[in-house]
Amino acid sequence: MKNKRILVAMSGGVDSSVAAALMVEAGYEVVGATMKTFCYSTSDTQSKTCCGLDGISDARRVANTLGISHYVFDVEEDFTKDVIDDFISEYSQGRTPNPCVRCNSNTKFQGLMERGRALGCDGIASGHYVRIKHSNSGNSNIYRGKDQEKDQSYFLWGLPKDMLPLLHFPLGELTKSQVRDFARKLSLTTADKPESQEICFVPTGNYRDILKTRLQPKHPALEPGPLVELNGKVLGEHNGYGNFTVGQRKGLGGGFDEPCYVIEIRANTREVVVGTLEECFSIGVTVGEINWLGIPPSEGSRIRVQIRYHAPAVSATATSIGKDIVLTFEEPQKAVTPGQSAVFFDEERVLGGGRIVNGIRDANSAQNTTTC
Amino acid sequence: MEPIYLDNAATTPIRDEVRDVMLPLLQKDFGNPSSSHIWGRRASSLLEEARERVANSLGAQRSEIYFVRGGTESDNLAILGRAEAVRAKGESPHVVITAIEHSAILEASARVIEQGGRCTILPVLPEGSIDSESLETALLDEPSVVSVMTVNNEIGIHLPVEEIAERTHAHGLIFHTDAIQAIGKVPVCLDTVPIDLLSLTGHKIYGAKGTGVLFVREGVEVLPIIFGGRQEHTLRPGTEDVAGAVGTSVAVDLAVSEQELESRRLESLRDKLQVHLKNRIDKIRVHGETSRRAPHILNVGIPGVDPQILLAGLDMEGIAVSAGSACESGSTKSSHVLEALYGEIKEMAALRFSLGRSTTDNDIVRAAEATVSVVTSIRNRDL
Repeated sequence: MKNKRILVAMSGGVDSSVAAALMVEAGYEVVGATMKTFCYSTSDTQSKTCCGLDGISDARRVANTLGISHYVFDVEEDFTKDVIDDFISEYSQGRTPNPCVRCNSNTKFQGLMERGRALGCDGIASGHYVRIKHSNSGNSNIYRGKDQEKDQSYFLWGLPKDMLPLLHFPLGELTKSQVRDFARKLSLTTADKPESQEICFVPTGNYRDILKTRLQPKHPALEPGPLVELNGKVLGEHNGYGNFTVGQRKGLGGGFDEPCYVIEIRANTREVVVGTLEECFSIGVTVGEINWLGIPPSEGSRIRVQIRYHAPAVSATATSIGKDIVLTFEEPQKAVTPGQSAVFFDEERVLGGGRIVNGIRDANSAQNTTTC
Repeated sequence: MEPIYLDNAATTPIRDEVRDVMLPLLQKDFGNPSSSHIWGRRASSLLEEARERVANSLGAQRSEIYFVRGGTESDNLAILGRAEAVRAKGESPHVVITAIEHSAILEASARVIEQGGRCTILPVLPEGSIDSESLETALLDEPSVVSVMTVNNEIGIHLPVEEIAERTHAHGLIFHTDAIQAIGKVPVCLDTVPIDLLSLTGHKIYGAKGTGVLFVREGVEVLPIIFGGRQEHTLRPGTEDVAGAVGTSVAVDLAVSEQELESRRLESLRDKLQVHLKNRIDKIRVHGETSRRAPHILNVGIPGVDPQILLAGLDMEGIAVSAGSACESGSTKSSHVLEALYGEIKEMAALRFSLGRSTTDNDIVRAAEATVSVVTSIRNRDL
């Protein structure tokens, strides 16, 4: 029988290089694809991230080493619309987006799927550290990657459910160091490539730079506004709410009696609300734009939720389930950040997720504010 | 099955005759032509022989041939070196080019503008001619150089450079042509056509990459754009690539002497491919079909197909072609050539097949069949 043909997303980083190598080793007919998401040619800054042109040539080199074909697909237009425009829009409304989630949910996998189909591929693989299990009944589920440090399940809740049966994640059972070892063993050029941490379309590493270039001049997000306490007391002025994220401590200026946190951003009044550590906690969260990969919980049932990358999932009760979902945490959570993803888990299994609309503060604790 | 290479307009392999003259120059006769000893003398005489060979093939004088390091460099030197010459006289440079030039000309011209000069871009009509009136207006402005390519690299149209050169000369002005895709494909004759500057490269005619020639007619002023030595009469300083130059000279010589016969062969293969594709692919169009064309390029437009998927699909079937030109890897930027000739191109894949010495009748049949089958499968999956 003809081997199954799999399209592997290759960014030019070590993870996707090894993913491709493992698929080759597993006997698939592998076709490599690099999605060109963002063009650096117009920026003066040297690209540092894996999505740049260096990434494309590294991916081509790895493909050549592995003896597979490799193609570059330009998805810049979709990426700009789905990811960058959203990123700017979220910050301009005082929220903190997850661009990688948007890219995986809307651009990368759907783009691969569309092209894979046209090229006669039977599935898609990527170098994400997650596991996927396909049952005989046609159900597929995503689980956390075995490497807890690298687990990327947080970024995949937005995948269309009907796509899951076609996905392969060959790194799910591996640790990062095993992946690097394997890359070295195969002498892949990307074996010792540093991790890409920054956002791929922000080559300077500071998201404020792209806000400045993409927002119209004098946009309120970058104009001074009042720095206030929860009780309304004005403490001073900030340099534009787009520079702030809920939970942030830095950049607020000194002179406070005790540590001071951003606890809310009110775009309509340009207010950045600061408060004490205590005021930074939420007892619950409202989540919107929900996507379910498993069976939705019933009202009143318990669920585990992860509210930021690199945070453990915590227990909560689903108090209301509709278009939005309201959860009450078992323990209050610090810095519930609007715009970030809330991802729902059943143990290791991803049930779904959504975007945080807002955190819910304890009505009682809001009364007794102390000057921070 | 062995893959089929139909991307000869991107680059070609070095032919045996070229390799045979280059190899001894890499090790035995490795000398620097500027040295005064035996190695230097041997290298410089080989270099001068090469210069003579190129001159004889093109109908030029030996002193009019300058070896440079590639086609892009040759084009750049013609445009920017002319601009320098004009500036040295205290005048402001003005280049006249067409909308379908290679980016080596377009971007050099943009540089002229950045440096305070001007650039006039002439429209090209869909059948490959230049609008006579716009040319006349541009010439009345006394530009420092008029640059029109002989054969377009993307669709193969053969522009009326003979006529444009005559008209430019009638105004006492300087004419440059990018003949990079023309050598060995159409007649190029410098003793009958008043071309002042001509660019060519070795690697499109079975010579080495990174080699090139700029022909500068006696008396035409061009100033260097690279500095640091007296080589090539200071127009292109830097230790000469003797092996590359000698190889290119043989490549030019063979390309020119074989041109008539090889062109006829390529033309019949190209036409066969064209007929096959037109008969079997719905709504296909042949770019440049009504114009005078070089024999080695067939550019077709296939509506309703994503160009990157089509190229990938063809590669998976072992057919190596390109979408437009090979110079913009990973880009879906639509072709400036097709846009200039036919207006904005949307929802269509442009495919360039470029034939060469190795192309056989069997290759054409296989390529045509593979293209039909890939296009059909992409179109059906999109439904």
